Amino acid sequence: MSFPPNLKYTRDHEWILLEGNTATIGITDFAQGELGDIVFVDVESVGKDLEGGSVFGSLEAVKTVSDLYLPVSGTIIELNSALADSPGAINKDPYGEGWIIKMTVKNTSDIDQLLNAAAYQSLVS
Amino acid sequence: MKNTPFTSKHIALGAKMAEFAGYNMPISYTGINDEHTAVRRNAGVFDVSHMGEFVLKGENALDLIQRLTSNDASKLSAGKIQYSCLTNENGGIVDDLLVYCIEENREYMLVVNASNIEKDWNWIMKHNNKAVIMENVSDRTGLLAIQGPNAAKILQPLTDMDILNLKYYTFAKGKFAGVDKVLISATGYTGAGGVEIYFEDLPFGSQDNNMASDKIWDAVFKIGASQGLKPAGLGARDTLRLEMGFSLYGNDIDDTTSPLEAGLGWITKFTKDFTAKTILEKQKSEGVKRKLAGFEMIDRGIPRHGYEIKDHSGVKIGYVTSGTQSPSLGKAIGMGYVEVKNSLLDSEIFISVRDKLLKAKVVKLPFS
Repeated sequence: MSFPPNLKYTRDHEWILLEGNTATIGITDFAQGELGDIVFVDVESVGKDLEGGSVFGSLEAVKTVSDLYLPVSGTIIELNSALADSPGAINKDPYGEGWIIKMTVKNTSDIDQLLNAAAYQSLVS
Repeated sequence: MKNTPFTSKHIALGAKMAEFAGYNMPISYTGINDEHTAVRRNAGVFDVSHMGEFVLKGENALDLIQRLTSNDASKLSAGKIQYSCLTNENGGIVDDLLVYCIEENREYMLVVNASNIEKDWNWIMKHNNKAVIMENVSDRTGLLAIQGPNAAKILQPLTDMDILNLKYYTFAKGKFAGVDKVLISATGYTGAGGVEIYFEDLPFGSQDNNMASDKIWDAVFKIGASQGLKPAGLGARDTLRLEMGFSLYGNDIDDTTSPLEAGLGWITKFTKDFTAKTILEKQKSEGVKRKLAGFEMIDRGIPRHGYEIKDHSGVKIGYVTSGTQSPSLGKAIGMGYVEVKNSLLDSEIFISVRDKLLKAKVVKLPFS
């Protein structure tokens, strides 16, 4: 299981890569392993301003459905459209091709409140 | 939580484990889709030792089975198997089960759902007023379902029994992998072909280095290793059975659903007497009000157990009993109870998925 050190993490098992005020968000390697084969990504919140902690979509695995929570407040600007045909990318490459959304972060300082790789790793181990 | 004789093997293989019907069971090993595909195309091994087995013996054994089950067990001769239902007084389903005829009129084995072992046992006991000898051998009967188009071929070298030519819903008993009195039946819950292997073991939980379960598991994987045989978990078992439209007790059928509503009219025989026969006969002549229907999603989304089913105007017409993304068909499928008028093929129905109404259509079973 990997925990890239350049990312931030949430207790809801999402990762965040901040570049300028744009964040890319996905779920962690741990999360994809727990969910199993992901078969459908349901995100209809592109263009919306949402508060941190709100549900922005859901992931359907074979056996379960799991909500996706926005790590910080901001605007969702893009959904990874490749996931429509290959949701399994989240299982195969959770930190790369399996990214889920990009968002414009309202206050980049909110990102500082999130977990670093070591803290997240100790949370799940 | 109880263990099957194979629990430690699942854990050693790194399976994702979860409690099912009080047993610590493997959900998946390498991934549900991967295991599902292995079974459809080749062969996979499911530990289903949690299932219940009752042996009924004596001159009134058949009479008891006939009075309690919906199918006609008098048609069975030794070596034959029948799918059937235990019905309750209201015409609901106590359990669905397999009836194995060991010796005509004298000895039968009932194979019941793990979650219903106690309920079924008590139900049958309560009606056993003619001294049928009943034995619950669930906790010392190991059961592997080895399923898939190549399953019998892979296993054949482990026995002198002719399992390659075993007819569907029949069984043989003999030596398998050096273990005596192994019962092999051409049955399963996947629609992929293959066999189920029952064997007597030491009581579950025994620590012994001479367990029949170890001999069988090790022999099966030794011979299967080079032929792509894989362990498969309850996750793939569920997606495989759902693609076939097979009911799962507790989801698609239960104490409140009748066999006629559930599409099990073919195992409901009114040529004999059984619990709630009169109610079910009336239901049949008047017509059922709701039916278990298979449907596939037109809009994108995945139906799940418990979601509401609505008509085009948003009126509730039923509920989803099972649903998944079908690994073989690459589309979302489900089953659910709907009013009869909405159960016709190609009927447009809507599944309430969280805050959205998603379009689906009724299709025939098995899904294709």
